[in-house]
Amino acid sequence: MNFAFTEEQEQLRQEARSFLAGRDEPSWSELVELGWLGVSAPEQLGGAGLGFLEEAVLFEELGRALYAGPYFATVALALPALGDEQLAAVAAGKERWSAEIDGLVPDLASVDWVVTDEGAARAEGQELPTMDETRPLGRLATGERTPLAGSLDRPRALAATALEAVGIAQRALELGIEHATQRQQFGKPIGVYQAVSHKLADTYVETELARSLAYWAAWCVAERDEQAPVAAAAAKAYATEAAVAACERAIQVHGGIGFTWEHVLHRYYKRALWLEAFWGFPAEHRADVAAWALEGARDGVPVRIA
Amino acid sequence: MDLRDTPQEAEFRVEVRSWIEENLPDELRGHRGGAARFEGEALRAWSLALSEAGYPGLTWPAEYGGRGAPYSFQAIFYEEIARSEAPPHVGVIGLGMAGPTIMAHGTEAQKERYLAKILSAEEIWCQGFSEPNAGSDLAAVQTSVTLAADGTHFVVSGQKVWSSYAHIADFCILVGRGDPEAPRYQNLTYVIVDMHAPGVEVRPLRQITGEAEFNEIFFTDVQVPRENLLGEIGQGWQVAMTTLLHERATLGFALTTGLEVGVRKLLALARERGADDAAIRDRVAREWIELHALKFTNYRALTRLMQTGLPGPEGSGVKLHWSEQNQRLTKLALELHGSEAQLLDGESGGFWQFQQLRSRGNTIEAGTSEILRNIIAERVLGLPRSR
Repeated sequence: MNFAFTEEQEQLRQEARSFLAGRDEPSWSELVELGWLGVSAPEQLGGAGLGFLEEAVLFEELGRALYAGPYFATVALALPALGDEQLAAVAAGKERWSAEIDGLVPDLASVDWVVTDEGAARAEGQELPTMDETRPLGRLATGERTPLAGSLDRPRALAATALEAVGIAQRALELGIEHATQRQQFGKPIGVYQAVSHKLADTYVETELARSLAYWAAWCVAERDEQAPVAAAAAKAYATEAAVAACERAIQVHGGIGFTWEHVLHRYYKRALWLEAFWGFPAEHRADVAAWALEGARDGVPVRIA
Repeated sequence: MDLRDTPQEAEFRVEVRSWIEENLPDELRGHRGGAARFEGEALRAWSLALSEAGYPGLTWPAEYGGRGAPYSFQAIFYEEIARSEAPPHVGVIGLGMAGPTIMAHGTEAQKERYLAKILSAEEIWCQGFSEPNAGSDLAAVQTSVTLAADGTHFVVSGQKVWSSYAHIADFCILVGRGDPEAPRYQNLTYVIVDMHAPGVEVRPLRQITGEAEFNEIFFTDVQVPRENLLGEIGQGWQVAMTTLLHERATLGFALTTGLEVGVRKLLALARERGADDAAIRDRVAREWIELHALKFTNYRALTRLMQTGLPGPEGSGVKLHWSEQNQRLTKLALELHGSEAQLLDGESGGFWQFQQLRSRGNTIEAGTSEILRNIIAERVLGLPRSR
């Protein structure tokens, strides 16, 4: 039993964190140059031949940095449906992809192609006003669909959603700690008041629990473990709720400034809400988990209670 | 990252599982906790059998009679105990707190005298930390531990409270005030007290459940030999921190495996009673999910402990969440009983009624939830101190 990322994976995290901290919004070509679009693509296709655990590190860090490009759409959603030629094009930065989920396409306007149940579609249609302006949703126009080599992988996408949510929750916690340490009222930093500090302690605990579920789901996806569907549903349900709560507490701890357009918190909050709503609200996933736990199986997937 | 057992771990798991199957008497299976943790001959016999099989002190170094096994073996042992719903060893305070503290701060003579008998379950230990006026604030204890004029012994006087196992204990790890004039955190002295010495009186405390798990201990001019000092006079705070660190390092696993038994029983109950109600199913799923969140948080902490030798900050968070989840779980289970929830002789034989009441102690014992949130805020998040 070893439940930690390897040294190389932790190094990737450090590199990603310092790269993302150094710029406002990295360009797609910078991500391509870093090799992030070909993490799991085989080497002969121009990728790094690594796996979902390395991608997991990036989902979390991109969430923490509130990255706005179609990395999630391409890597978390579309990748499992693509054939070799398309994987090579993604790794080389020539194609960006998204997927149609529940009739909506994340980042429709900033991708080239969309995975649908009927095959690949050109990314043409209408982008819709979305609460989280950094990750708009759109509706595909009707048009030609060409067959795809693979199909969508819901557990993989849900695990990625949970990982991004952990990054969001972690950043909201950090912002709350910074503010509670610096802001003075009644002659003291407000973090000395337990009504403030205990909220942040609760966020810490929930973020750590969410992290544990998200890493479990990531490992199950990476290893094609039979628990992947239930682990991903559990992680998605818990981590996205935790991220929303983390942002709500951070806004409260910030007081008025946390409620303004000027402060970054509302953008984290809207991303957390986006993740919570994406591909099934937590209650929908808990209904699935209940079926696994109570009836022992769902859609032919068994579950081990312990 | 690999969540599977290593071949050695898998082999150990098989060994433990089959040993439990062969040795656990049916009457002890599915115990409800509480006073059942230390009552009755069968439990003593079970503890003795565990000791003879070498399961207590798995992670203790071989020189002190342990197996020197990695912490993952300890985790596997807890998991298998939970799976079979077996009761824990009666010597938990000795194994989890007194033993590690003696290993860290004790003299060679103390290690020689006490450790083997903790492992063998021949001697039972209790803890004398909390007092009526010093609960969360340990540095405020009033019990005096005064060195006699001739320097041969200490005289201990005062009152301790909430001491589990005190009524069957042979020894007590006690923190008292060594020097009333010294500043806070330099005024405490940590000693081992013989519970059979003259002047020690134990009175059981009847609790909300009707059972007496805890005790008050009264010390009236109890003579404690000087060689029973742990650490130095006035350094009791530092020694006590070792005890609490060990309590929290392994506590997470023990608690979570207990919760796993509860969730399994809840699932069985829900299948019988409310498995078609969407609202109930949602709440049952929440318990399952959060049990796994705790479990995998323990695994992350365990990996860190094995890699660095130091427990991480996760322990306080696990205890905090576990206690609140356990309270919520017992309420849900009772709700599933409907109007019969009040009946003590219903189908669960009073099990859940007992758990609901007992669980109120969970957010108080071993660090109140308020203290744990302070610890997290100050020591983990680095927020300014509230005191």
